[in-house]
Parts: sequence; structure tokens; C-alpha cells
Amino acid sequence: MAENNGWDQFDAGAILFSFNDKVDNIATTHAEDRPYSKSNSYTASVGDWRVAKPIFNKDFCIDCQFCWIYCPDISILSRDKKMVGVDYDHCKGCGICVEVCPTNPKSLLMFNELADEETELAAWPEKESKEK
Amino acid sequence: MADKMDLLEVEVWDGNMAASQAFRQVQIDVVAAYPITPSTPVVENYAGFLADGYVDGEYVMVESEHAAMSGCVGASAAGGRVATATSSQGFALMTEVLYQASGMRLPIVLEVVNRALAAPLNVNGDHSDMYLGRDSGWIQLDTFSPQEAYDLTLMAFKIGEDHNVRLPVMVHQDGFICSHTAQGVKTIDDDVAYNFVGEFQPFNAMLDFEKPASYGVQTEEDWHFEHKARQHNDLMTKVFPQIQSVFDGFEKLTGRKYRIVEEYDMEDADVAIVAMGTSVESVRIIANELREKGVKAGVVGIRVLRPFPLTELAKVFSGVKAIATLDRSSPNGTVGMLFNEISGVLINTNDNPIMNNYIYGLGGRDLTMDHIRSIYDDLIVNAEAGALQQPLQQFIGLRGPKLSFY
Repeated sequence: MAENNGWDQFDAGAILFSFNDKVDNIATTHAEDRPYSKSNSYTASVGDWRVAKPIFNKDFCIDCQFCWIYCPDISILSRDKKMVGVDYDHCKGCGICVEVCPTNPKSLLMFNELADEETELAAWPEKESKEK
Repeated sequence: MADKMDLLEVEVWDGNMAASQAFRQVQIDVVAAYPITPSTPVVENYAGFLADGYVDGEYVMVESEHAAMSGCVGASAAGGRVATATSSQGFALMTEVLYQASGMRLPIVLEVVNRALAAPLNVNGDHSDMYLGRDSGWIQLDTFSPQEAYDLTLMAFKIGEDHNVRLPVMVHQDGFICSHTAQGVKTIDDDVAYNFVGEFQPFNAMLDFEKPASYGVQTEEDWHFEHKARQHNDLMTKVFPQIQSVFDGFEKLTGRKYRIVEEYDMEDADVAIVAMGTSVESVRIIANELREKGVKAGVVGIRVLRPFPLTELAKVFSGVKAIATLDRSSPNGTVGMLFNEISGVLINTNDNPIMNNYIYGLGGRDLTMDHIRSIYDDLIVNAEAGALQQPLQQFIGLRGPKLSFY
């Protein structure tokens, strides 16, 4: 949103446009290549009220894409059906990705927002053995 | 492609059918409705037209009036021509969404068949629901007969959908007295009516995939004020020119002349009654009667309630000695809305007419010719005395001891 806009400088109806220009084939354009406008939350950090965050451990990931499909905020980064990581500017810490992760141990786990990623990855839980 | 309907030059329609036919002729894309008395036939007739192939659109049945207006908001934001109808309790339930519609600048047309608000429950006509909507940011057009309901409903689309205006429009008609009273209504040919209103032109449509828009954003103290100011500014400066332009075009097309202020015998009037709805026609009859007796009686009908034509009204009242404002809604603890509005019109003028206020017709109580005569009698006394000779506010047509205040 431009700063110092007067009342007469807005689009009527307080509507916001996602893109600066007209777009086509948006579904096949990666987010970083889309001409997002300033008023689109893609360019804003909106995850700052998160208190718990998911940490991704690629050692156990099978790229099933469950987390990518279930994430309600498009905050799982994935390319060519390979899990890349978490977009912490937009993730709200809901934990759904961890819930749906099917690996053993899970490839995503929730930690305190202030937890150190390297430390937690080094102390990742062992594979759980099934009870007979 | 929708079938055309052959209409007689004059059809016998009640106000509801008149509105339904206007809805049909403009070929609405989406009607989301939850029918309520006395507006039920507006959407019932319309659903019939759609089922019989006279309309090429969608009719969405919903679970409440709140949902009906919400459906209208969604469809309008998506980029279609949208309308619905309601009354009374349904209108009250819609109220939250009315503000959403106007704030998002969605040109929805809402046919409001005016009815009293409970409690006590009542299905008959008064203006309580119309008054409830007056701060909602909608344009409010008032009609006095089925002919006017037909004409103004057609015009409402052309007024609200204009890209400079982009505001929702209520078309009001009195429950039962207008909505269920059949009269000869002069019709317009389907093609002529459609071409007059024109094909819907989407504007910042949510479903424009090349330029998608977000509707319903949140603004706090940083930007909310600016958006509300923009809306108020557009209501104040852009609506009257568009209404006048549409009225002019309609007169050219049909010969039927509408005015932003429906003044009647006001040029030289000493005494005047201000009213809304079907009462305007009744008051004109008594004004004619008084004119024959040499009394300079005039009538002002409020055609456009919002935005309120303050400066135009000041000109119309110039030189008038006594004015009565007739409010068909319980003010519940103060003077009637019209008394306040007309006082506001006159306070900074050099005119200093004696003004009083009558509360009448609540819950469908009749306003009789004798009631109107008695009001003009009061005005004549006040005009001659140059001072108010009765209480400022009186109830008319009420059982029991005379009720008056101030």
C-alpha cells in the first residue's frame, strides 16, 4: 500500500489487486516469478505472531507432498515435487504439516519459535519401533 | 438465450409484479433470495420467469436473508448483475451485510417492500425498515405506486451500476398498499427496457483471472477513515448527476418524468406536507381539494432518501410558511426522521417556516383523507399565527387519548 495516500487516491470499495500487471498462466508460474503487487501478502512477513514453528528434516522426507497439499497458507515450499522447506514469512505454525507427515520418524516436527534449527536437527528423534 | 415476453401497453400489475418484471427485463445474472412477506411475490414471480425460460440467470435459494445478501455480495463482486428483495425482519437480518455491500461498492439492487418491524409482529406496511437502512451507504429510492416501482426498479440498475457510482440501490415500495394493489402499469418492450439499462459492465471483477481483485479487506485506524470518506464523497457528488441523467433518459424514452425532489404545487405554496410512499398520492388529493378552496397547499414527496437532496429541498421550501413532516416509523424517543432532515434543510436559510411532525400509519394503520385534512388545518393555523399552535409532534390515527410531545 502506497504511503500517504489521500482518501481520493484509493480504488473504490477498498479492493486490492494481487498483481501489478495483467497476468496469464498464473497457475503454471512460480510464486517468485509472479508480478505480485505491494498489497499482496506474498511480499509481506505475516508470520510474526507464530509461537511454534515446523522444522523440516530432509533426511527422512519421501516427497509425498502431503504437507504441501494440506498447508492452509501455501507455506510449504516445493519444486518439481521435491520438498524444499518452510516459508517462515507466511507460516502461522498451525502444525497441520507435522500431523499429516507419514514418515517414521516424521520429517517435520514442531518446536518453540525460538528453537535453533541446527540444534534440533542434530537431536532429531530416532525411528519408533512398532509394538508387536 | 432467454425468451421474450409479449406485454400489453398497459398491464394490470401490483407493485411486486412490477418489480419482478423489471428484474426480468434487465436479465439479472444472480438472484439470491429468502422470500418474506410482503415482498415474497417479487422473487416468487421472478423464479417463475426463470423456470419458464424468460430469464437466463441463476436463482440461489439460501437459508436466511443474511445469506441472501451475502450471496448477492459474492455474485456482485465476482462480476455479475445482482438483485434481491426483502421486507422488515428480513431487512433487519440483512443489515450487517448491507454495509458490506456498500463498503465494497457493489451495485446490488434491493427491492424493499416496506413493512413494520416487530415486536409486536406485524406484516403490514410502514417505513421502519426503510429508516433502518438510511445510514447503510446505499442509495435509497422511494416509490409511491406500482408504476413507479416498475420504472424506478429499472432505473436503479442503471444508476448503481455506473462505473463512477458503483453503489448498491434500494428501491422502496409500501407493503400491501403498493405491493399488493394492482393498477394499470404502462410497460416498456423487453428489448427497449434492456437496451435502456444496458448490458452489465463488470468493474474490478473478482473473477477476472487476468487481474484478480481482493474484496473485503481489513483496514484499521490507518486507512478506514479514508475509505469511508471516499464512499461518502461519491454518494454526495456522483449519485445525483447520475440519477438526473437516468431520469432524463427515461423521460425521453417513456415520457414519464421523475424528479430528485417530487414537488407538487410548491411554487407559491404557503403550507406544505412532506411525505414518503403511497401517502404522497393521498396528500396530493387533499392539496388539490384545498387549492380549489383557495388555500395555497403544496406537497413534497421524498423520491431520493439517500443521498439526501438537502440543497434542492431548500429551494423547494423557499417562501413556505408552515411545513408538516409525516413519519411512518416510530421515532422511539425523539422527533421523526423527516422532521430532523427538513429542519436541517432549513436551518441555515432565511426562511423560518413553522414546522411540526406527525407520526402515522404504524403497522399498516390507514392514513385517511380526514387525517390529511386535519394536518393541513393545523398548518393553516400555524401559518396565520406565525407560531406553532399545537404540540410539535402528534400521533395521527391512534386509539385512546391524544398523544403528542414537545
